Amino acid sequence: MVETNQDLHLEDLTKRFGDFAAVRDLSLTVPNGSFFALLGPSGCGKTTTLRMVAGLEDPTAGRIRMGDQDITALRPYKRPVNTVFQSYALFPHLTIFENVAFGLRRRGIKDYRQKTLDMIELVQLGPYAGRKPAQLSGGQQQRVALGRALINEPGVLLLDEPLGALDLKLRRQMQIELKRIQTEIEVTFVHVTHDQEEAMTMADTIAVMNHGVIEQMGAPGELYENPVTTFVANFLGQSNLIMTDIIDGAGAEVMVDCQGQKIGVSSERSHAKGRKAWLGIRPEKIFASHAHEAERTDSNVLTGGRISDVSFVGVSTQYLVAMPWDQELMVFEQNTGRRPLFENGDEVDLSWSSEHAFLLDADQDAHAGMMRPEDRE
Amino acid sequence: MTHVAPAPAPTGAAVDGETSRRRGWGWLLLVPGMLYLAIFFVFPTIQLFLTSLYDPSGNYVQGYTLTWHFANYVDAIRDTWNLFVRSFVYAGIATAVCLLLGYPLAYAIAFKAGRWKNFMLVLVIAPFFTSFLLRTLSWKTILADQGPVADFLRTIQILPEDGRLLATPLAVIAGLIYNFMPFMTLPLFASLDKVDYRLIEASSDLYSSPLTGFRKVTFPLSLPGVVAGTLLTFIPASGDYINAEILGTPKQYMVGNRIQAAFLTEHDYPLAASLSLTLMLIVVLMVVVYVRRVGTEELV
Repeated sequence: MVETNQDLHLEDLTKRFGDFAAVRDLSLTVPNGSFFALLGPSGCGKTTTLRMVAGLEDPTAGRIRMGDQDITALRPYKRPVNTVFQSYALFPHLTIFENVAFGLRRRGIKDYRQKTLDMIELVQLGPYAGRKPAQLSGGQQQRVALGRALINEPGVLLLDEPLGALDLKLRRQMQIELKRIQTEIEVTFVHVTHDQEEAMTMADTIAVMNHGVIEQMGAPGELYENPVTTFVANFLGQSNLIMTDIIDGAGAEVMVDCQGQKIGVSSERSHAKGRKAWLGIRPEKIFASHAHEAERTDSNVLTGGRISDVSFVGVSTQYLVAMPWDQELMVFEQNTGRRPLFENGDEVDLSWSSEHAFLLDADQDAHAGMMRPEDRE
Repeated sequence: MTHVAPAPAPTGAAVDGETSRRRGWGWLLLVPGMLYLAIFFVFPTIQLFLTSLYDPSGNYVQGYTLTWHFANYVDAIRDTWNLFVRSFVYAGIATAVCLLLGYPLAYAIAFKAGRWKNFMLVLVIAPFFTSFLLRTLSWKTILADQGPVADFLRTIQILPEDGRLLATPLAVIAGLIYNFMPFMTLPLFASLDKVDYRLIEASSDLYSSPLTGFRKVTFPLSLPGVVAGTLLTFIPASGDYINAEILGTPKQYMVGNRIQAAFLTEHDYPLAASLSLTLMLIVVLMVVVYVRRVGTEELV
């Protein structure tokens, strides 16, 4: 179905619109058959990147290759890629069958009928083949868009926020279905999204984009557990970032002075270059215990906290803990029911396993990549 | 029009009552239009029909008697069938040329004009700021035997030394094309402007060259505009008499000229009325066949 060595290579890709650089010197390789996600906030350049791969946007500089073939200058209708558009862009004057058959018929493939019917079955729209797109629900239209692209057996399938228009429940369901289809047909998927949960659920590899460049690229777990920038730390999940001074960066553990308390972080997880660093720790990795009861085995305890807010959210409880240096840290605790919840004003110490903290360069904005309330869904 | 969702099925009796009440109010909105049509179309048409059956031996001074004289139609068609043919040929050519010229124009305004879109639309409508008659008269000057166009064509030897532009079928058809062009362009623009550019991108993503994409996506989606534009051009053009009157000679006269003369010069009301109704009937039949052919299916 797909030739081997069909990896997608983007090399120093740049796109300018007037003075504005939407994408800057972007290089990445998408291995054949992988599920790759371009993740970032709106305006980060991810859709522009996708459109350049599709051929709908001409790069200002750089090259796009598929395997050994340079496709940078190919017209979109000559490229071995197909797109699932954000708004689906189904042809309103054609039936579902005609929409799905469109690509095959344009390429003059004779036995398009059976293939089209098979694809309509694969996306579970059998009874709707004769209908027009306007007669289908959003989720069904989404599947038509998917089938219409997939039937062409593209080397790479591009998905531009394909689930953005669906409600939360349907989106979760489609995420699983997309992943199933991708595994089944082994086509490379390049998926553009601003939804970090969606990217982490589906993708093998995520490239986090911001301001036209890739901030970090890797497997979802790796990005989440070991972010290298404050943007990634905040955009994927949530992080507590505390300003620290580096005392000793020589050993296997980097020792930092965290507002007067000594903390150690594994040197593999230290991405700080200067004398100061942001100490990062995920809220769910922190364990709160009543003051002076924490086990002082590692150099990973912060004392002197006081619970300042308790939010019960069902599966977990989210605490805000006011620290002596006038910062509130987030702590999430699963509601296992094994111990009573803390109350406002309780004195607590915070601890974590030393492999869970990370150090980031201090000259970055601690709020980079934080979702503004209007971005939340 | 393309995105109208099917009406949701009523979920209960309460909803049913609600919709029928709303519909009742909706009908009221039709009343002014219906009244207008009744007074200015239905009633005159009945009057015209009765007039067409008057005894032709009467005259407008002494009056006519209604004798259900259907032979009026036979006489009318026997004497003027060639005018009917000429009218439909002229109107047909004019409509075809309007479509060929208007489609690229409407396409350019819809997709390529950018911030000049509104300005260009104003230009399309601009001729309406001057009267129809005046504009046709100025065409007479433009096409005159000693006018610039004829001079130029003679110089480059396309037109023979004694050749004329004015008083030829070409002049009449050119006048029709000019005068009805906006009626073609505006509906074409309206439906092309609604075509989502992303659909064209999608077609190119699905192996359509720009030409195929146009054939399979853009053009079918603009069909409502093509139908509306051709009807709005062909119907009035086939009944027009001003262009033939001013730019042609009796040799180029269309059926409209005959009707006009019968009504206003000869005062032969039964003849004029039977010609008018015959024209109306033929046009309606042609429109029905045409709309059926192009297919309502395509016009979702």
